[in-house]
Amino acid sequence: MRPWFIHLIKLLFPPQVLLPDIVGIDIGLTLSALAIALYLTKARRWGWLWREWLTTVDHKRIGIMYIIAALIMLFRGGVDALMIRSQLIVPEAHFMGAQQYDEVFTTHGTVMIFFMAMPFFFGLFNVAVPLMIGARDVAFPRLNAISFWLFAFGAALFNISFSIGGSPSAGWFSYPPYSELQFNPGVGENYYLLALQVSGIGSIATGINFLVTILKLRAPGMTLMKMPLFVWSALVTSTLILFAFPPLTVALGLTMLDRLFGASFFTLAHEGMPMMYANLFWIFGHPEVYILIMPAFGIFSEVVPTFSRKPLFGYEAMVISLLAITFLSYGVWVHHFFEMGAGPGVNVFFGLSTMLIAIPTGVKMFNWLFTMWGGRIRLSVPMLWQLGFIPTFVVGGASGVMLAAVAADYQYHNSYFVIAHFHNVIVGGTVFGLLSGMYYWWPKMFGWKLNERQGRWAFAFFFTGFWLTFMPQYFLGLEGMTRRMASYPPGLGWGGLNAMSTIGAFIMGVGFAILVYNIAWSRMHPEWDTTGDPWDGRTLEWSLPSPAPAYNFARIPEVHERDAWWAMKQRGETDAVKLSPDQVEPIHVPKNTPMPICLAVSFFVGSIGMVFAWHWMAILGGLGVVAALAYGSLEDDTDRELDPTTVLNTEKRLGRVHP
Amino acid sequence: MNNPIGSLPAEFENTHEGVKILGFWVFLATDVMLFASLFAVYVVYRSRVALGPTPAQIFALGPVLAETLILLTSSFTVSLSLYAARQSRLKSAIGWLVVTLLLGASFVSLEIREFVKDVLAGHTWHQSAFLSGFFTLVGTHGSHVTFGIGWAVLLTLELVLRGLTVANRRKLFTFALYWHFLDIVWIFLFSVVYLAGVMT
Repeated sequence: MRPWFIHLIKLLFPPQVLLPDIVGIDIGLTLSALAIALYLTKARRWGWLWREWLTTVDHKRIGIMYIIAALIMLFRGGVDALMIRSQLIVPEAHFMGAQQYDEVFTTHGTVMIFFMAMPFFFGLFNVAVPLMIGARDVAFPRLNAISFWLFAFGAALFNISFSIGGSPSAGWFSYPPYSELQFNPGVGENYYLLALQVSGIGSIATGINFLVTILKLRAPGMTLMKMPLFVWSALVTSTLILFAFPPLTVALGLTMLDRLFGASFFTLAHEGMPMMYANLFWIFGHPEVYILIMPAFGIFSEVVPTFSRKPLFGYEAMVISLLAITFLSYGVWVHHFFEMGAGPGVNVFFGLSTMLIAIPTGVKMFNWLFTMWGGRIRLSVPMLWQLGFIPTFVVGGASGVMLAAVAADYQYHNSYFVIAHFHNVIVGGTVFGLLSGMYYWWPKMFGWKLNERQGRWAFAFFFTGFWLTFMPQYFLGLEGMTRRMASYPPGLGWGGLNAMSTIGAFIMGVGFAILVYNIAWSRMHPEWDTTGDPWDGRTLEWSLPSPAPAYNFARIPEVHERDAWWAMKQRGETDAVKLSPDQVEPIHVPKNTPMPICLAVSFFVGSIGMVFAWHWMAILGGLGVVAALAYGSLEDDTDRELDPTTVLNTEKRLGRVHP
Repeated sequence: MNNPIGSLPAEFENTHEGVKILGFWVFLATDVMLFASLFAVYVVYRSRVALGPTPAQIFALGPVLAETLILLTSSFTVSLSLYAARQSRLKSAIGWLVVTLLLGASFVSLEIREFVKDVLAGHTWHQSAFLSGFFTLVGTHGSHVTFGIGWAVLLTLELVLRGLTVANRRKLFTFALYWHFLDIVWIFLFSVVYLAGVMT
């Protein structure tokens, strides 16, 4: 064999990817991919896949793809979590080596935040927001598809790292100097930088898209203060993304320049400054945690009124508190590193601004409770997740205020107390919210409901497991267990609490398995939603059939008040959404296009080239990106017109035409 | 298609194109954040010169002043192109656009010359945090201008092929926004990097 060939094999398959479990997973994944390809070929489904999904620009389908991808990533991140907990179940367990442990907690955090939580709520935005504001699509349908495919290929790039070349191991925020070439010479860190960069471009595009959609495409009469709260949350989340992601782009970009092109930004030599990275990262990172929680707040603000049969209590206060959190979230980043040594003045400023955020959040809590007060509450699955959220998030928020107390933070910093806190708010807030939203809008996405009984079991296991996993971690933190320890010696009194935590994690795993079973079972035994309004909803998406036709609204509704659909139902005016044969107009819908997926594939190829420093491949990918952009720019025939007869026939079939 | 005074410019006549213009403004806001982050890094790193040169030792104001004049002029010519487009004078619009992209190209070539001169003198960005910050901040602006040139080439092609369609007017308008934005960023670069640099 030639030396270059051996070199290549060593580069692609270093010892850390040749562990028996990883090789086993590789074989399993390859076989499943082959099985899927075989099925698609045998069932002659390739053309269908290409036309209906891979080239689609329909926001509802893009939303579905986001949510499926997010569930797969939830599984991957969840397996990582179970591996971490298995390692820690008893003192000095050596289920994994230290290097592999580092890789697993890094991928767990990165996958859960960037490739599970964000795409999950992007999916729900896509599914619900245009329908809630009475729009036929988002402002830029093609850009929307580009966002999705950039996310999908970014996620793919990140996930192949564990079988080719090795995973990143510097934690989800990847602090230098450990993430620098000097200490981290493998390709794993490059994967992290490029995967986040590629999917980050997609996230910025999504932010632009939804901001403009919400500002410009609302139905006539829907003023800002008549928008559903979920739409408000999408608006502030988009704003946060727009101003938070560019600093991340810079932080990742400069690290990449250091690693691949020999710059001296965060190195120890040449007066580079690792703390600069920490500042840039958390100027992004703290708004990011509000990016993660705001959509959940929005979902709960829809779920609570629907399942309490009451209008939301304190709508204005809810909006103002969303805006207040958005504003304050930019002034808190230093609380991630009070130990930097910025001095008491700076630390106290950031400590106080952090505590201030508890006020608008508390307002929201009370408003949800007051909405339920005196309402006729139905304990359907979306509402169960909401009820589980309230106490969980209160505990998580309170421990956040504890962490904001500067002097005390010197004790909590980098301990399991912090781990417990942010899982408490991100799982108990974001994940509960996303799952609530998934159950809530599922019938709108697919036309059938998820089985309630199984959904309750999934909730019960997940909720119980959650408390058992994370409450002990507060005490572990107070007893001095630091985060990211690959193992711990016996005799410190940590064994029992760690064992409880691990058992809890596996109970959550059972909850997730029931959830997947719930989806599969409900797909086999669908409970069809024939009315389009299975929950007796309040907002405009429930005035449409499930699933909605490609153009959403044959007639754009006119809005006179909040909860427009509920008001129409109260007044007995639901026929207003139906069509008279003489009212039908032609509708412009965007055409499918292969450009977004080609653009994302080019980014993927170019990124692989950068990861392994194969310059020819990086240039090839770059040329592909330029070509796809030029093609997109020169193509002018992007819309097609649905003629009135097609629209009328579709609406007739859905029973939405006046006789 | 003359545009009477008092009515909307053509690029806003179609609601759909107006939505795209708002989208572009929002994109520019994200780009402001990108440059703001890079400026912050540069300002912190300005005095972290390690064993390399200080700003005053490597900045030469002559070529930078030339770059400034060229870029400001190109901002004027892109406005002339837009003005011509609003009066539906296609040839004039194309002509001024070509002038703009040529000015842009000469700006970039001057900047590359400066960079090459520094690197040949041994002042690579490996040498110090200051040089890393400098090359990255100025280079990010330069690559934005380069991207703009590529965009202008495509736009010229579209104008030649399809004339002043509503979509093309909107594209020319957004291109002009982008170009003015880069001009404003350059003013900040010139003051914060070069002027402040030679004065220390």
